[in-house]
Amino acid sequence: MASPRADTTSKIILSGSDLHRVVDRIAHQILEKTSGATGTVLLGIPTRGVPLAQRLAARIHAFEGIDVPVGSLDITLYRDDLRLHATRALGKTELPGGGIDGRRVILVDDVLYSGRTVRAALDALNDVGRPQSVQLAVLVDRGHRQLPIRADYVGKNIPTALYESVRVSLTETDGLDEVKLTGGEK
Amino acid sequence: MIKHLRSAADLDAATATLILDTAGEMAALAGREVKKLPTLRGRTVVNLFYEDSTRTRISFEAAAKRLSADVINFSAKGSSVSKGESLKDTALTLQAMGADAVVIRHSASGAPHRLASWVDGSVINAGDGTHEHPTQALLDAYTMRSRLGRLAGLKVAIVGDVLHSRVARSNVLLLTTLGASVTLVGPPTLIPNDVAAALSPATELTGSASLRGDRLIPGEMAGGFPPPANPAGVEKPTAISPAAIAVSYDLDSVLPDMDVVMMLRVQTERMQDSYFPSAREYSRRYGLDLARMRKLPEHAIVMHPGPMNRGMEIAPEVADSSRSTIVEQVANGVSARMAVLYLLLGGKA
Repeated sequence: MASPRADTTSKIILSGSDLHRVVDRIAHQILEKTSGATGTVLLGIPTRGVPLAQRLAARIHAFEGIDVPVGSLDITLYRDDLRLHATRALGKTELPGGGIDGRRVILVDDVLYSGRTVRAALDALNDVGRPQSVQLAVLVDRGHRQLPIRADYVGKNIPTALYESVRVSLTETDGLDEVKLTGGEK
Repeated sequence: MIKHLRSAADLDAATATLILDTAGEMAALAGREVKKLPTLRGRTVVNLFYEDSTRTRISFEAAAKRLSADVINFSAKGSSVSKGESLKDTALTLQAMGADAVVIRHSASGAPHRLASWVDGSVINAGDGTHEHPTQALLDAYTMRSRLGRLAGLKVAIVGDVLHSRVARSNVLLLTTLGASVTLVGPPTLIPNDVAAALSPATELTGSASLRGDRLIPGEMAGGFPPPANPAGVEKPTAISPAAIAVSYDLDSVLPDMDVVMMLRVQTERMQDSYFPSAREYSRRYGLDLARMRKLPEHAIVMHPGPMNRGMEIAPEVADSSRSTIVEQVANGVSARMAVLYLLLGGKA
């Protein structure tokens, strides 16, 4: 998936240390906007949203000593494009012990693009409980929204062309931390 | 992904593992308040049941409904079948109604294979004659994996009427694919003479030899029809290594070594001849009672596909013990069938 193709150029948007700083900043913003992350649950969207949510929780703990519950929410069964592709394998859904009812849920994903993943996540949330409010944190917002959805916390806005693609690599899933823009020259 | 699930031999180890993993995710749904997913909205699943069934039909119905598919239940009783309609004509009717999947149970071995050549949708075998019952094998494998943590290397005894059991056949195929070893236990009259040959694809489909024209005639499948040279719908033979299957006629000597004991129902409705002298003798030699259960290792589990003949192949105290997974198997059945329906119907057709 992350293999660079020879015929395309690729540009590193965030290096490993940039990425860490961006995660730190989002963690601070969450603390600020949620008055100390009270009643807050972080739910990562598989695959890369899950380690990102865990990192955010770890940073929040490091900054303020607060333990924010972390979980994952797989949205595969709620996708609107299931019939356009071969069957997808499911990711893990693991809600934190206390559940999400009455809590502030922050959805965490790597890239915000069409907004369809987030729509599916909102549908999935609706079936697992009734949060008091839902927010969205993404590492990269690359634009080209197809639905009226915006993020509350954005690591980096990257203006992209439709033919380009944004590749987020994380140590947990890909062995290194990096955000790359590929497919530039066309 | 495969299109049909006609036989446990349709599944290679990777596909079977994917189904079991998916079933694990589906199982989480049972603990939720809203036990419904929008995944198969607008898809139609037909339950085509030519044989009586409680748990399998209800299980498939629950699975399809939890995935938001529309479910049409068809049972031979009270339908045009009692007016003499053939399986093919029924199939064409379903085709015209736009069924995306047909779940079929039929007394004729090979009926799902024939059906798959007549309809565009996916065909799922919910039990055909004495041939196969692949979703039962999947839910059994899922139950074993969730209780014992693994399948590779497990020692499984399948006890009882192996000869007439589609559950046994599908389990042997699936469990050996997933690396377990199976011991078939029962009276010599209820174990196939040559186990390897009985499981090979040529004899697997003796049923389709008796599909005269397009008319499936139930109840004639047990006869000695020669296997067809190239049975329809079978892509490749499944090699079962004989090393993974053992046969024993003595239950007591097998038990101390087993991780799983699967008791089969004595299928009186499929037995025209007498295969054992009396029910009492069968029960004494091959029934699982408390004394026998104590011979099992500490961790071993007891399974039964249901419906049980309490007191015949399994003692009530055993069926209700903590080692018994019988109720769990029913719950897991819904998850396993949801996984199958999702993987067959969820993607691009």
